[in-house]
Formats: sequence, structure tokens, C-alpha cells
Amino acid sequence: MGTERITPAELPDPRYEYGADDHVFVELAEEMSFTANFKAMAITQQVAEREIDGIVENCPANASYMVRIDPDVIHPDEVIAELKEIEASIDIENYEWETRIIDIPVLFADPWTHETVMEFRERHQDPDATDLEYSAELNGFDSAEDFIDAFVGAPHMVTMVGFVPGLPWCFQMVPRSEQLEVPKYVEPRTDTPSRAVGFGGAFSVVYPVQGAGGYQLYGRTPVEVLDTDQTLPDFGDSMVLPNPGDILNYRRIDRDEYDAIREEVEAGTYEYTYETVEFSTDEFFESPHEYNEQLVEVIE
Amino acid sequence: MIELSDGGIASTVQDRGRFGQYHIGMPPSGAMDQYAHTVANYLVGNAADSSTIEMTYQGITATFHEDAVIAVTGADMSPSINGEPIKTWTTHAVESGDELEFEFATEGARAYLAVAGGIDVPEVMGSQSTYTLVGIGGHEGRGLEAGDKLSIGDQPDEASDFVGTQVADEHIPNYADEDTVRVVLGLTSYRLTDESKEQLCNAEWKVSAEADRVGYRLEGPDLEFKEREQPFGAGTDPSNVVDLGYPVGSIQVPQSPIVLMQDAVTGGGYATVGTVISTDRGRLSQRQTHKSVYFEEVDVEAALDARNEQEDQLEQIRSEIRSEI
Repeated sequence: MGTERITPAELPDPRYEYGADDHVFVELAEEMSFTANFKAMAITQQVAEREIDGIVENCPANASYMVRIDPDVIHPDEVIAELKEIEASIDIENYEWETRIIDIPVLFADPWTHETVMEFRERHQDPDATDLEYSAELNGFDSAEDFIDAFVGAPHMVTMVGFVPGLPWCFQMVPRSEQLEVPKYVEPRTDTPSRAVGFGGAFSVVYPVQGAGGYQLYGRTPVEVLDTDQTLPDFGDSMVLPNPGDILNYRRIDRDEYDAIREEVEAGTYEYTYETVEFSTDEFFESPHEYNEQLVEVIE
Repeated sequence: MIELSDGGIASTVQDRGRFGQYHIGMPPSGAMDQYAHTVANYLVGNAADSSTIEMTYQGITATFHEDAVIAVTGADMSPSINGEPIKTWTTHAVESGDELEFEFATEGARAYLAVAGGIDVPEVMGSQSTYTLVGIGGHEGRGLEAGDKLSIGDQPDEASDFVGTQVADEHIPNYADEDTVRVVLGLTSYRLTDESKEQLCNAEWKVSAEADRVGYRLEGPDLEFKEREQPFGAGTDPSNVVDLGYPVGSIQVPQSPIVLMQDAVTGGGYATVGTVISTDRGRLSQRQTHKSVYFEEVDVEAALDARNEQEDQLEQIRSEIRSEI
């Protein structure tokens, strides 16, 4: 801890691919890294800023991005030419964007996800352990508690939103040597409680709605990431809370706090704790731990 | 107003779709067969983006509580008014009290009911399309059920002039024969072995029972992935990639292919190997369960040509209808 910096990854040349006549998909790297993700975010932010006629959707992903186009307005090759130009103009090591640091309270080993974890034990690599115990052991921790400490020990950046509306994929903001990694379930579950907090590959997620899922399950947050009725005050502009580039700070809470927050959410009065800050890739790479502490301080 | 006494199997209100929200995981939704949807609208004098009722395999039973002008296109579900069969791809007048009924689809899987003035449901993010997974759009965000009452939008004055117009035979698809969908290979197809890439385009695929608005799972030979040491963050299975966005129409291969449709999951960690071209997604959505499907590889220029041809055809249909009134 302390002095390690993050070395920017060497990325291959991007691969530009046609998604038939109406999409362009661009793979920036096969491997996950902050460099690849920041580049995906920077490029898609520039695409949005240029308001290019004929671009209908503009979606950053973990190490890639895609756009949907209206071919009646613009030819896919013209789009690719413009994307290449944007790519060449971006200096990812000095890139900054406005982001929100959002407090996400989590009740770990909660009764609801625990019941699900037990119900689908036969689909798991280690049927005799819980998902937390399994993940702790696989990542070299002595106990589930130590694993949770690491999980909440640094914030997680939203590197992609999708699968279903509002589901954030998050990549923990630590050097590679400290990153947690776990496989997904051997066979996906047919059920996951809404608001479950899970982890698969190198990504944490919050499941917006009840449904299928294959990530290891650790806990449940009392707060919503999707509010289709837009009842909660922080959903005035959008049905979903997390946007690509936001930073989620998972915080361990007890059952009393869970119930208290849940009551406010259900009453439609809960207000999220968050602050807007300017995120600097350069400062983050230079001293990730110190920078994370500064980021998280603003909401403490 | 239309009152339903039977909602059919999976009937929803749909328009062209909801765009601009894919980055937050919101798929476009909208009519699965945009061609049939658009023609139904043209037949009753609506704009192409008016909402229609999409019916799957078994249509609705509905009583009209006002006079209306309607047309049914897409799969043939043998529609009848008060027990008298009516022609599809043709405009009809219904009177208050009339009952519209459908049988099970003979060929094709989805039929579209357009009503002059459109189905009057609120817009959500610029579209009336239903997205049932999170319960937004359409009628109360869900599939139609017995007892539902749907308002009809303001009928254009000239709507009744359209009664009796019909689409020329040459523009009516023969769903029984359309077993080939064109595909632009690519995306992360480098994950497949050369043999499997060939297999994808040569094999006979069958539409499985898991085929709905989210995706069409196809059954056929097992595809093989190239061996590699999995990159950081991808997950352990050879079919896994670092999670990426899935274009609508893209073919993901957890093992057997799944073609993503209008209510697509918008991203995930399975390799995608190509994309069904925009015009042929509608054709695929008309393939019934257990029917064969073949993929034909085309390049992007052929995909654009197909799109332009279909647009020209729709424009021709529109002007032919207008010249009949």
C-alpha cells in the first residue's frame, strides 16, 4: 500500500468492426485496464461533444465502445474515419472529466442474497463454501471479513452500464497487484435478488432488477440503481443512477442502517450522498491510493 | 377505444423504437418486424412511427367501442370481424361494437394491427414501445391482457379514404420460404476457429423454444473457440471476453448462437461473431420455433444495398396506397 503507481497499459491498434449496416464496434484491447477504459470513455465523450449527424447511440464499454448509426444519414466508413481522427487526438494520460463520487451502502452477507447463494450451490465451483468464503480463499485472504475489507477499501469506477438498464460494471481503482478476481458461476443462476452486489471476472456489479445472473454474490444495497417511476429525487433527469465514468464507494453497513435507508427509499424521500469532482487520470495513475482517499473524503 | 377479451400470447404496443439510451442499458424495443409494422401504418394513413399492436403466434380478441380504420400485416393469423374472415395487408373499416378475432399463426410468427390514429399510450423517452423487462412504455409497461382498454389516437380526417386499399402481392413476404438471413461477420469473431466460422455460415440452425423479443437462440452444431490464455478481466470460459456492448442483431455465442433482437441485453461478456443486417432481423423474427435458419455472409455494402432496397420498396408501397385513395 501507499507508493505503488499505475503504469499506463500499452494498447494495440484499435480494431474497427462493422456491426452490420447500422453499428460500428471498436475494440481497444482484449485485456481490461484503466488505460483501455479511460480511452473508451474519452472517445465516446468526444463523440457526444461533436454531435455527429447520424450517430444514434454512443456506448462506452470496459475495453471497447460502439456506436449505432443511421446509415441513411452517414456511411459506416465515414463514421470510422471520424472515430479514427478522434482516437488520434486523445491524450489519455492528461485526460480529465467531471464525475460523481457516490456512496453505496452495502449489507454484506445479508439474508436475501445468502438464501440465493445457498439455493444455487450446485451451480458453484465450491458448493461447501459461501461466495464470500470462496472469493476470499481464491484471492489469498484469511477470512471473508478480510476480503470485504479489500472490497470496500478502495472505490470502484463505473466502466460500463448495460446488460439491463442501470446495471453498472465497476472496476476497483487499485493497481493490478491488488485487484480482486473471481470466476463467474459454473452455470448462471436463474434468480438473483434486486440490488444484490456481485463480482465476476474483475468487475463488481449491482443488479438493478430481480433476474438471472452469474456473478458471485456478497451483499445487498438498500439503495436503487434503477427507478423507472423516477420517484426518488436523484432520478429527476434519468431512470438510472450510475453513468459510465462515475465512481461508486461501497460502504459496509449493519442491518439497522439497511432497514432505515430502505424505509426512506420506499417512502421516496431518500437522497443519495454524492459529490461532483473533476477526475484526473494523471493524478490517479501517479498515486492511486492517495488520490482515492482524496476522492472519497468529499463524501465522508 | 378498443377493449380486449383476450390478450393473445405475447402482444405489446410497439413503434419504431426508443433511441439514445443504449449506454445506460436501455435497448430500443420497437416492432420486431419493422417492414410489416410500417406497411400496416401506411395502409391506414399513419406515419411510419405510429404505434401498432404486435402479436406473437396468437393474436388478441378485441371489441371496438368506436368506428375505426384498421389493417393487419405480418404473419397470417386469419383475422376475422364478427366471425367473417378479412384479408390481411388490406385496409378495413370497423364499426363500434365489432369484434376482431385472430387464429393461431399459420406462417410467420408476428402480426401487426394498425389503427388509423395509432394506439394512444404515453411516450416514455420519446417512444411508445413496450419494454416489459423493466415495465416501461406501451400499455402499463406490460403485455396486453384480457380486460385492457386501449385508446385510439386522433383519427386523420381522410382515414376512411384508405378503406379497401391493399398491398400488391409482390410486396407481401412469403414467410414459409424465408429461411436465410444475411450476416456481416466480425465483432470478436477472431475468437472462433476457422472451421467454426465456416460452420456458422454452412450449418442448418433451428429456432429454439427460447426465442423472444430479447433474443433468438438457435440450435445446431457446437462451435469451437481458438485456444488462448484468457486476458485479465475476461473470465475463465473460452467463450468469455472482457464485457462489451452488443449491437442489436449481433450473434453472441455462449455456445449455441443467440441473435439479439429489439429488447436485447445491451452488453455482456460473451464473444459476438457477427451481426444480422438490419433488414433481415425482421425476417428472422418471423421464423417460427423449430424452423430452419441459414446465415449467409455478406459485406457491409450489400447490407446497405439491402437496406436501401427495402426503403425504396416501402416508399413505393406508400405511394401505391396513396394513389388508390
